[in-house]
Amino acid sequence: MLKLGVPSKGRLMEETFAWFAARGVTLSRAGGAREYAGKVEGADLALLLLPASEIPRELAAGRLDLGVTGSDLVRDKLAGWQADMRPLTQMGFGHADLVLAVPACWRDCESLDDFAAITRQFRETHGQRLRIATKYHRLVRAFLSEQEVADYQLVDSQGATEGTVANLTAEAIADITSSGETLRANHLKILEDAVIHASQATLYASTKADAGEIEAFSRRIGL
Amino acid sequence: MISKAEKRVIGQRLLSAFRAAGAVEIAPDILLPAGTLLDLYGEDIRARAYVTSDPIRGEVMLRPDFTVPVVRAHMDGGAEPARYCYLGEVFRKQDHGDARPEQLRDNEYLQAGFELFSRDPGADAEIFALFYRILAPYDLRPVMGDMGLLTAAVAALPLSQARRRALAHHLWRPRRLSRLLSRYSRPAPAREFAETDAPWTGMRSGAEMEARIASLRAEPDEPPLPAEWSDRLARLFSVDAPAPEALEMLDALAAEINAIAPPLARLRARIEAIAVQGIDPGAVRLSASHGQREMEYYDGMTFSFRAESRPDWPPIASGGRYDAMTRMLGQGREIPAVGGIIRPGLLAELAQTAEGARC
Repeated sequence: MLKLGVPSKGRLMEETFAWFAARGVTLSRAGGAREYAGKVEGADLALLLLPASEIPRELAAGRLDLGVTGSDLVRDKLAGWQADMRPLTQMGFGHADLVLAVPACWRDCESLDDFAAITRQFRETHGQRLRIATKYHRLVRAFLSEQEVADYQLVDSQGATEGTVANLTAEAIADITSSGETLRANHLKILEDAVIHASQATLYASTKADAGEIEAFSRRIGL
Repeated sequence: MISKAEKRVIGQRLLSAFRAAGAVEIAPDILLPAGTLLDLYGEDIRARAYVTSDPIRGEVMLRPDFTVPVVRAHMDGGAEPARYCYLGEVFRKQDHGDARPEQLRDNEYLQAGFELFSRDPGADAEIFALFYRILAPYDLRPVMGDMGLLTAAVAALPLSQARRRALAHHLWRPRRLSRLLSRYSRPAPAREFAETDAPWTGMRSGAEMEARIASLRAEPDEPPLPAEWSDRLARLFSVDAPAPEALEMLDALAAEINAIAPPLARLRARIEAIAVQGIDPGAVRLSASHGQREMEYYDGMTFSFRAESRPDWPPIASGGRYDAMTRMLGQGREIPAVGGIIRPGLLAELAQTAEGARC
């Protein structure tokens, strides 16, 4: 029996349940709202509820055969992820962009080229590299390296990243946003040509899972 | 599969050759303070080096290369001229992005190296000839570059100092460099800066922003770079030929870019000096832009030796002149420095492949 991992709470869980329901598979929590075991009707599946951030690791280890999680988490957490899992389909919700944002007061910063010039100016003036706060280290570094921006450093921020600029612990941030509201509230603006990754909820299959079973399940839900 | 012990034997042989050339062996720490390396190399090094933390010393890094600790050791009390050699492991993460290769590359491997701190103008030729002689038994392809040619050419462009400095800063980032060049080759359109009521936030100051806006506002008044200059740069960057022909090409270019004459004279003297040591200049390829693909702190000669039979491998040996790094590390002090490393593990594999082919 295939094991499916689904985010254990919030809108991501609800929308995942709705997505499967629309394809004839009813997922639900087994007991009350506090239980992390799941119930499945309409398919031969075992359902596990776990944090979205742990699903990539479990898929890579083969402890899950199928999993729903954001593509941002997969790409940032797992080097060489394509060897561990393959995306079966994008699910059309959970949209969030990993963006680079700078203080809204920077009138001279409208593009990544401006940003690159400002990092160089900042390093010359302050004798240290311009700091970008983020928790998506690999994705941000790979993007800036590809774009040949060099005079910066990353500082780790696992939460409340939008506040780091006002707290003077970073000059810019790279974070996930869907509406941009939190960014605006913290007087930050998005650089339009610096969308690092456009993420959405995605159904992945572990490469360790039985290919025939995955194929049959994909057909069953109309993929 | 070649054992580490076998690779070390080759390393020891290289080390003996370096000692015979007058070097003193030095054994830097494996755990290095991360701050210095991050400051020098930026995020690239964090992506490639193993970082861990010490409760008292803070962030430390497993040695990603020897150059920085050797420079530090020398600056802390070495006399000049000084020749150092070393043999030991370096550690590099191999992050290939989204895909994973069939065969993982080594994340720890030996480097044998030689560093020379000297004000003698013959130092570059000494290092190159030493590496050439040591590597002569292997089928390698030596390539030499010189960042001095590129920096001199950029410094001579008929542009404002700010623009020349921006170009020089991005010499190691080819796409950004060519974007800037094409921008400077056209009249700059006047740019609007939208007003905002956003409150000031962050460490970058309003004065810094105003200074940048002022220089951007002045750009439309700057005369664009005449087309013949970007053409000259393109021709200089693409010089890539056996040394005697390359020198002729560079001579022709020096008639148009007079500023490259001094670094060209030094390059010619270097080639003549290695010829005196019995090396055929025709066997050395000169590639003007070679250093653009190497470490950012090489600011003069650069060189690499690659295996003819294994174009997919990283260079088996590489090095160059890195005065700029000693300037950064020396806080005002600068020591002319040139050096290079050889990877004994790759030499061992190369020797094995060659034997396999003979069997």
